[in-house]
Amino acid sequence: MLEIDHLEVSYGSIRALHGISLKVPEKSIVTLIGGNGAGKSTTLRSISGLIKVRAGNVRYDGQDITNKPAHEIVARGLCHVPEGRMVFANLTVMENLHMGAYLRKDRAGIASDIEYAFTIFPRLKERISQLAGTLSGGEQQMLAIARALMSKPRCLMLDEPSLGIAPILVRSIFDQIVAINKERGLTILLVEQNANLALSISHYGYVLETGSVLIEDTAEALRKDPQVRAAYLGG
Amino acid sequence: MKSADGAKRWLLVGIALAVVASYFTPQFNRYYLGIAIDCGINIILAVSLNLINGHTGQFSLGHAGFMAVGGYTAAKFSLVFEAMVPDSLKPLLFVAALTLGGLIAALAGLGVGVPSLRLKGDYLAIVTLGFGEIIRVVVQNMESVGAASGLKNIPKWTTLGWTFALAAITIYAVASLVNSTYGRGFIAVSDDEVAASSMGINPVRYKVTAFVTGAFFAGIAGGLYAHHKQFLSPTGFDFLKSIDIVVMVILGGMGRTAGVVIAAIILTLLPEFLRQFADYRMIIYSLLIIGLMMARPQGLFTLSFKKKGAASV
Ligand SMILES: Nc1ncnc2c1ncn2[C@@H]1O[C@H](COP(=O)(O)OP(=O)(O)OP(=O)(O)O)[C@@H](O)[C@H]1O
Ligand SMILES: [Mg+2]
Repeated sequence: MLEIDHLEVSYGSIRALHGISLKVPEKSIVTLIGGNGAGKSTTLRSISGLIKVRAGNVRYDGQDITNKPAHEIVARGLCHVPEGRMVFANLTVMENLHMGAYLRKDRAGIASDIEYAFTIFPRLKERISQLAGTLSGGEQQMLAIARALMSKPRCLMLDEPSLGIAPILVRSIFDQIVAINKERGLTILLVEQNANLALSISHYGYVLETGSVLIEDTAEALRKDPQVRAAYLGG
Repeated sequence: MKSADGAKRWLLVGIALAVVASYFTPQFNRYYLGIAIDCGINIILAVSLNLINGHTGQFSLGHAGFMAVGGYTAAKFSLVFEAMVPDSLKPLLFVAALTLGGLIAALAGLGVGVPSLRLKGDYLAIVTLGFGEIIRVVVQNMESVGAASGLKNIPKWTTLGWTFALAAITIYAVASLVNSTYGRGFIAVSDDEVAASSMGINPVRYKVTAFVTGAFFAGIAGGLYAHHKQFLSPTGFDFLKSIDIVVMVILGGMGRTAGVVIAAIILTLLPEFLRQFADYRMIIYSLLIIGLMMARPQGLFTLSFKKKGAASV
């Protein structure tokens, strides 16, 4: 469904990605793991059109979307939840969800998707008219995911959904990610520091190091790989 | 929708006020009348700049430039056609002059906005600042609009009624634009441009819309001003005038329409109250502004949450 071929990205004179290739099959969960600065966020940003690609290409649904503007890529059903849960601080929870459905016209569908968002994240329902900027970090992360779902994506890219969130809440957010994948058939590309947890819900994984793919394999195999265990799974 | 009702209420109150005002105008003291009209014009300027600087989170320093474009266009138009039109059609001519002024200002806004709104933050401030100065220099050298000596004998068509009505329309237009589903995009873009574009919003289009709409109403305000003072000179539209409007928006609490309206009124009245201090007037005025800014950097009337300070992590 999503295919990246020899992607190269630079920030000024600093090369961040040295020709990364990866595949995300339809209805699967694929994880990118790797140390700080490996280029995980950069990969997602270049797929979703937030930064310009120097070389290589991105194909989605068989179509070339390399260097298309971000708002056009969302319109094709590929939605990115950027790192650091960027909710609209001065809009309420409800208004944030409506912003997620910005490109949709089907009122009934929007209403039922808001209901769905509230069933997976009931906390949001209790805070429906609270300004998003006053939500706790975990609640903002739930809102960021729920808001992305409102665009009715077929493929969702999540950048560190567990960042700064209490372990018990992380577990429940990951359970919801699995539920979204199963119930809605959403394809998910996940970037996660908590590699163990991420691989436990994924089908396939890539290990990035300084802008290149170091290892790729099924999630199962990666969890058993001694090299991966030593470097990313805490032995 | 509650907020849309709010906008409509503003409009009704404004229009009612305008009708009452035009009924009683002949009995008003000319001095107070002049100040009331100044208030109305400044409300239009501040509310329209608020759409750009407050709601959409940009920083424009060129509002006086757009006001000048609208003012000169409207004034020149009236001067050319005044003699050809019978008295009964004068109000129509006035409306046409104001509209034309607004449209030309909007066009100028488009010209400045499209290339510069792709840039971030301070660049826009510099570009708009430059634009305002260019307009002033151009007018200063244009014989057809009086050059440095100014454009004189503009017909006195601006009344309190017109001013209040147009102020109400400005508030209504801006409020209903921002409070619509489409309009929440303005707030989204100012809160977080990256997140907004990953929701399918085109930030550049929003910024251009805000910029052009703001310039349009600044142009209208310029037209009202021209037909109020009956005289335009390039020095009236300098950089300081833009700063005055920016201060109204900041004191009003960036993005709070009601706050900005009140700030516009207070800052119009303040220099008048300070008249008794004669030469020291502008010094006291500046000190008061600095004091207010330091005491309440978030604006005089802001209570609710604003991202800028709280969550800039
Ligand atoms: N805006 C930027 N300007 C310059 N360099 C950048 C920029 N963003 C990222 N980089 C650099 O690109 C490299 C890859 O960064 P990226 O954010 O993709 O890492 P990451 O794998 O997501 O790391 P983390 O796990 O810490 O989030 C890093 O060396 C980083 O310093
Ligand atoms: Mg990252």
